[in-house]
Amino acid sequence: MRKSVFVGAFAASALVAGLAQAQSTLEQVKNRGELVCGSNTGQVGFGAPDANGVWQGFDVGFCRALAAAVLGDPMAVTFVPLTSQTRFSALASSEVDVLARNTTWTFTRDVDLSLTFVGTNYYDGQGFMVNRELGVSSALELDGATVCIQTGTTTELNLADYFRINGMDYEPVPVDTAAEAQQQYLAGACDVYTDDVSALASSRAAFAEPGDHVILPEVVSKEPLGPVVRQGDDNWADIVQWTLFALIAAEELGVTSANVEEMKTGSNNPEVGRLLGTTGGFGDMLGLDNDWAARAIAAVGNYGELFANTIGDQTPIGLARGLNAQWTQGGLLYAPPFR
Amino acid sequence: MLLYDQRYRSITIQIFALFLLMLGAAWLIDNVISNMRLLGRSFSFNFLWQSAGYDINQRPIAYDSTMSHGRAALVGFLNTVILAILGCIFATVLGVLAGVLRLSSNWIVSRLITVYVEIFRNIPTLIWILIFGAVMAESMPAPSAFRGDDPASSMIFDAIAITNRGVYIPSILFTTDLGALQLGPVAPSLNWLLIFAILIGSVFANRALIAHATRTQNATGIRPKTWWKSILIFLVPLAVVKLSLGVYLDYPELRGFNFAGGTHLRNSFLAMWLGLSFYTGAFIAEIVRGGILAITKGQTEAAFALGLQPGKTMRLVILPQALRVIIPPLISQYLNLTKNTSLGLAVGYMDLRSTLGGITINQTGRELEGMFLLMLTYLAISLTISALMNVYNSRIKLKER
Amino acid sequence: MSDTHAQTVSYVRETMLAPQDPPRSQTGAVKWVHENLFSGWINTGLTLISLLVIFWLVSGISPWLLNSVWRAGSLSECRAILDGTSGACFAVIVDRWHQLLFGFYPPALYWRPVLALLLLFVALAPVLFTGLPRRMLAFSALYPFIGYHLIWGGSLWFPVTALMGFGVGALAYLLMRKLNNLAAIFAAILAPVLWWVFAAGPLDSALYSIMPLGLDFVRSDRIGGFLISMIVGVSAISLSLPLGILLALGRQSDMVFIKTVCVVFIEFIRGVPLITLLLFASLLLNFFLPPGTSFDLILRVIIMLTFFASAYMAEVIRGGLAALPKGQYEAADALGLDYWKAQRLIIMPQALKISIPGIVNTFIGMFKDTTLLVFIAILEPLALANAIRADTNWNGIYWELFIFIGALFFIFCFGMSRYSMYLERKLKTDHR
Repeated sequence: MRKSVFVGAFAASALVAGLAQAQSTLEQVKNRGELVCGSNTGQVGFGAPDANGVWQGFDVGFCRALAAAVLGDPMAVTFVPLTSQTRFSALASSEVDVLARNTTWTFTRDVDLSLTFVGTNYYDGQGFMVNRELGVSSALELDGATVCIQTGTTTELNLADYFRINGMDYEPVPVDTAAEAQQQYLAGACDVYTDDVSALASSRAAFAEPGDHVILPEVVSKEPLGPVVRQGDDNWADIVQWTLFALIAAEELGVTSANVEEMKTGSNNPEVGRLLGTTGGFGDMLGLDNDWAARAIAAVGNYGELFANTIGDQTPIGLARGLNAQWTQGGLLYAPPFR
Repeated sequence: MLLYDQRYRSITIQIFALFLLMLGAAWLIDNVISNMRLLGRSFSFNFLWQSAGYDINQRPIAYDSTMSHGRAALVGFLNTVILAILGCIFATVLGVLAGVLRLSSNWIVSRLITVYVEIFRNIPTLIWILIFGAVMAESMPAPSAFRGDDPASSMIFDAIAITNRGVYIPSILFTTDLGALQLGPVAPSLNWLLIFAILIGSVFANRALIAHATRTQNATGIRPKTWWKSILIFLVPLAVVKLSLGVYLDYPELRGFNFAGGTHLRNSFLAMWLGLSFYTGAFIAEIVRGGILAITKGQTEAAFALGLQPGKTMRLVILPQALRVIIPPLISQYLNLTKNTSLGLAVGYMDLRSTLGGITINQTGRELEGMFLLMLTYLAISLTISALMNVYNSRIKLKER
Repeated sequence: MSDTHAQTVSYVRETMLAPQDPPRSQTGAVKWVHENLFSGWINTGLTLISLLVIFWLVSGISPWLLNSVWRAGSLSECRAILDGTSGACFAVIVDRWHQLLFGFYPPALYWRPVLALLLLFVALAPVLFTGLPRRMLAFSALYPFIGYHLIWGGSLWFPVTALMGFGVGALAYLLMRKLNNLAAIFAAILAPVLWWVFAAGPLDSALYSIMPLGLDFVRSDRIGGFLISMIVGVSAISLSLPLGILLALGRQSDMVFIKTVCVVFIEFIRGVPLITLLLFASLLLNFFLPPGTSFDLILRVIIMLTFFASAYMAEVIRGGLAALPKGQYEAADALGLDYWKAQRLIIMPQALKISIPGIVNTFIGMFKDTTLLVFIAILEPLALANAIRADTNWNGIYWELFIFIGALFFIFCFGMSRYSMYLERKLKTDHR
């Protein structure tokens, strides 16, 4: 009995254990045949499993695009749910290849934690949501309020700074997950719920009476959220970075999942040709094939489509593009040229 | 060969084991060093002196977000200790009550207690903590319900307000402040230290009084009345303190968004406290019941035969024996409760695990150092508790001669 | 006799009086109520308080529970059906119960974990119920492989080749024993390891290409809910048993160094909260392995939980050892048995038997503690509840999920604790 139990565990370990050899991340992903993507444990609109266990959302879509670009199959992704506490060590210990889990790009994370932020897929800022009944119209009226806040995030630090700078007092109610925070807020256990504005909007969309809650005009921080990779594998960082830029550029250039095939041949814009791999051989330079960007776009659509399908106006989340519009339309999205 | 010689066998095996252990340790440490180098990290506790940047709601000592991570960890540690002590006390009260009542001849009471014990024992602590947190947040009135001329809710005795943000109770304040004692990072108020010192003094004085009474009884056979002296010993010094320091109660009142004044027992604290106490209480109830049942009926009968009254039978015969059965498992329940305080993060209770082991590790990325400190601190707490309780246990143990 | 009476006494009753009913207050329900509920004012008070508590609980919960909605696609639909009245929305359980039980396991294959669970009981039966034939233990020994294959699937040859490692070990032992006993033991350990590392993998794929037998492979990230709690709990407990025995023996050993190591290990594990060990598994374990090594989080958790459980197991078994009369040790010595033989044939069978209730209780504790996995984002039931609440359809649901999860834990743990009580009673009579 005793020995057999040992072997059972050994057999299990041999199968589930993937010993990563000293090879580049790209090789590992290709050998494995799938991408391991660190995701949220559940954030409405950004990443959560549906009733069939299929992950859906904006960050999830980015991982699918990356898998399509690298492996040719958008479904070849394993999503590893990570808490705000476990996310960076999971990335550092090679447990995940890329972290797409609304993570704010900050100096210390980039430098001290030895991570590489490849770009921003969502420009966010921290805001406050209050019940309309309170009659509060500005965050500066929140002196003495009870504030619900997710722990382990930059939100916590911003909140402390904002109230201290403005000489106001507050009572923090730290909570572990976004779902818990909503629960507390709706029950009235806190006056204010603070989080990234996108998260506030997506939470509000799911409330029974969304109209009863207002998001205050003050945005107290910059929260550039983006995919993160380990420092030290520049090729892999490039692939992740340019997959993101490809999605953004595709929107700017008018390439969509529907017309990507005809654009390959039908467009006389040379940049479209380079993006979709008909000219220039950019895929080879990344260590992929030239169709990489076309596959990513075909899989999840361009940035605009991905946005619209997961968190845009037409979804229950109902986020406006705002800062996340193309630079040509007054937003901040600005992909470097494919040249 | 050394292994086959009776004289050296044990030494050989031990040296071999020591060798293996050191080899293993060296391998692990080498791995850690090379991993750290690979990640470009260093092993240092400097982060403890960096500014923490986050706020903590329950602060037994002065703290704000500009203070250091080390200070935040200390606040968390104190919160853990507070929760553990209060939890152990309440769990013991609940457990003893439930254990005795479960043996009651009253059918409905014993059934009700059985249901309590079984339900709480068989559902994980974490779920209970979440449920208590939810009950507090969901079913209590909001502070705004106390507002207006005809409020929907009102305070109990105008002193206690039960809201969905926690319970506000009056706090004790002093008009004369003796200042605080500077003890490194903590600064306990001298007023409270004085009161504690007086209370401890009273306890000793009372003990001396009772010892004297016993001596007199042994010598003369007449036990002098002591109860009024005992009351005086406790009340007079306290009355003097009250007058000289000007003790008064600070009542909570609604101001702005929330209640102000008084002491705020937050939801997170109440959820942890109640959840842990009720859960552990169910286990203690079983221990107490088992302890009482373990004393055979003959002991009671023998005590009655000696002419002891029921109260004295309980105090002098049953309890000392039952305690001997109860204390060892009780120690491990106290330890469990203390360790379970580390679930605080689930409801946002800022204990050691949430501050040092949660936010600090998160913000600084020092998992190795943070976890090292965290485990060491919990280990120290556990060892202290078991050492204290073992001393107590050996004192009440049956002295075999 | 009656004749004499007939002459001297004017009247003699010759038939017995029918017995009278006892007074109303001394019989039936009234007596019972009086004795059990209202004897004395303390008891009366307690009864009244209890009734008040029950009334308060029932009146608080029942309207919500009775007015529950079982069919709805989302929380907003539920709210529409309830139309402002208070009521539970158990539709979420109807919609997602399979996730809470199995995680994202493919629904068409649910029979596999269910069968694995049923077989687990069959495998446990000879261990738990001593009346059953000993031959069934062979099935218990095979169960880890069967259970593994049923849950994860993949090539059938994989567990078979893994199992063959033991044959290799036994063979090596038999061959080497002629030369040297010590060398034989080393060979018996080394040969299976070499087999597993080098031979098992290729042989598995070779056999699979010749005869592709097996079940559909299910990846471990699709396993969640109570299934993961069961897997983690059962494997940690069964793995911790041998380790716990060794630790318990080490703690009783005369060798100072071995004893110290065991005591330090046990006290360390028992002194820190489980959550720190889980965080260790999730954040730090990779630091202690060679750079670039990384393996499945579930496996890391099982390792840490095994350590955790083995410390508690060691204490349970130490209790069992302490309960054995000293005469048993002396008798074993008198028979000339060496240490391991004495342990194997005399001490352990008895000590383990006494320890079974304690082991079952450790298992219950362990199973309840698997809820802590939520903190390291393993999809155990509570984490799935969070994921379900993050779905736009069910955002904001709360009690219903907790009630369901709590009820499942209750049923399982209550059943186990009843079993352990039954065992305790049975074992007690054996010793008197």
